[in-house]
Amino acid sequence: MKILVAVKRVIDYNVQIRVKEDGSGVHTDNVKMSTNPPDDNAVEESVKLKESGKVKEVVAISIGEDKAQETIRKALAVGADKGIHVKADNYIEPLGIAKILKKIVEKEKPDMVFLGKQAIDDDCNQTGQMLAAMLNWPQATFTSKVNLNDKSVEIVREIDEGLETIEVNLPAVVSCDLRLNEPRFASLPNIMKAKKKPMEQINAKDLGVDLTNRIQQIKVEEPPKRKAGIKVANVAELVSKLKNEAKVL
Amino acid sequence: MSVLLIAEHDNSKLKPFTLNAITAASKINGDVHVLVAGANCENVTKEVASVPLVKKVLWCDSPNYQNYLPENLAPLVTKTAEKYDHIVASANTFGKNFMPRVAAALDISQVSDIIKVSSPDTFIRPIYAGNAFATVKSNDKKKCVTIRPTSFDPAEKTGGSAQIEKIEAVNVPNTSKFIKREETKSERPELGTARIVVSGGRGLESGENFKLITDIADKLNAAVGASRAAVDAGYISNDHQVGQTGKVVVPDLYIAVGISGAIQHLAGMKESKIIVAINKDGEAPIFSVADYGLEADLFKALPEFLAELNKLNTIQK
Repeated sequence: MKILVAVKRVIDYNVQIRVKEDGSGVHTDNVKMSTNPPDDNAVEESVKLKESGKVKEVVAISIGEDKAQETIRKALAVGADKGIHVKADNYIEPLGIAKILKKIVEKEKPDMVFLGKQAIDDDCNQTGQMLAAMLNWPQATFTSKVNLNDKSVEIVREIDEGLETIEVNLPAVVSCDLRLNEPRFASLPNIMKAKKKPMEQINAKDLGVDLTNRIQQIKVEEPPKRKAGIKVANVAELVSKLKNEAKVL
Repeated sequence: MSVLLIAEHDNSKLKPFTLNAITAASKINGDVHVLVAGANCENVTKEVASVPLVKKVLWCDSPNYQNYLPENLAPLVTKTAEKYDHIVASANTFGKNFMPRVAAALDISQVSDIIKVSSPDTFIRPIYAGNAFATVKSNDKKKCVTIRPTSFDPAEKTGGSAQIEKIEAVNVPNTSKFIKREETKSERPELGTARIVVSGGRGLESGENFKLITDIADKLNAAVGASRAAVDAGYISNDHQVGQTGKVVVPDLYIAVGISGAIQHLAGMKESKIIVAINKDGEAPIFSVADYGLEADLFKALPEFLAELNKLNTIQK
């Protein structure tokens, strides 16, 4: 079996983002970038399935500017076999990303596509589901457990009410939750070896898909700030304030 | 043209967040039609029809829709969407699961997780885990929109009498199968909808010490939350996690105990109406969003807090 795992380069989750004064977006210059956290879980699970012998090949793909290759190299360093970089310099909405991934799926013919449940920059939570719909494949979103069979995969999903178990036929799209596994760190020798692994480069505009963005970003602003509160001296004062001032008790 | 909203339910009862989504849908266009797809879900259609903001209920009953498998539900929504300008659902694990499939089938770029309707084509949505708000305009002819339920008040439940129209099921692909659902059982209110949430962090130091939190939650009829650090340390199960990677909560009162206030936690609770922080580190970032901060050792403060609450004659429900 073969897995295509999609990874996205985003602002590191520990960075306090800053909104640009002109409202055009957030500052990204000289800001630490990393792999989107649940995409790390997607890579880890793909590699684990390869180690179990059920999967023969893991192909990592990223779409974006040249630096997206760093994100692919990181996946190669923890065990992916081959990289595909689809070069695109502008922001592409999830709809366009899913169209690109569909093209690559048609070429690479994987049995499963793994990716993170959501990117922590635009917070859309769409790409996996859109890709599955375009391919007419079933999907498993918010995956926290994977049990791979020959022709299907049993999945435990994180839902608002608790946990749900489903079985989807292969081929399928699996979007991964942070609780799926504990992503490993790449060792230095493996980082060196990853530099020799093959990386294919494709230009997004050569794929023949419509990448026109449909959503116009009018402005980006800071959320309203909470007014600074007060410190209370003791528990009695706290309860009295909650009862008489805030009137929530 | 009208708005098509997809109801979330368990085949016998409507899920409360659908009422919040109805309010949001009515701000896009007053002609709100609600699709109830399920198995033997007639009671749900009656419940929806009595919501005054709802103008029409579309009822599709088939065993294929019993467990809302997105492979089955999305084709029905896609077909029903032909007559509508907006297709709307809650941005929870229900709506997030099927709506992008509908959007892809209709070649629409979905607008996810909106917190405000500025006009029928312009919406405000949080990005970067709520650290920025983006105003976005959809240029698609039809629009697929998911709604953050906690950002809209629930619609009135009774007094309406919308017409209920039965619609035909469509073919399903038979590529997915529901096996089971294990709902987290709790005597306490649900974290996502509770009026009061009491949350504990790494400062609790152990799972046993979470009893200090649950005792207060029980006294206040509150839900129990936790920070990612407390969940990762194994003090409490992950369905209690509040934050960017857990649940976003907007209660009337949020009490954060032994939680430092990492960006990822603040993203899940900073819209709460009143925030209380109890922490022994006076410099902890949680105090910057707290209305009332108590700099104290939680192991001393929590028993005192419970004693003070016991002295009160009444506590609002």
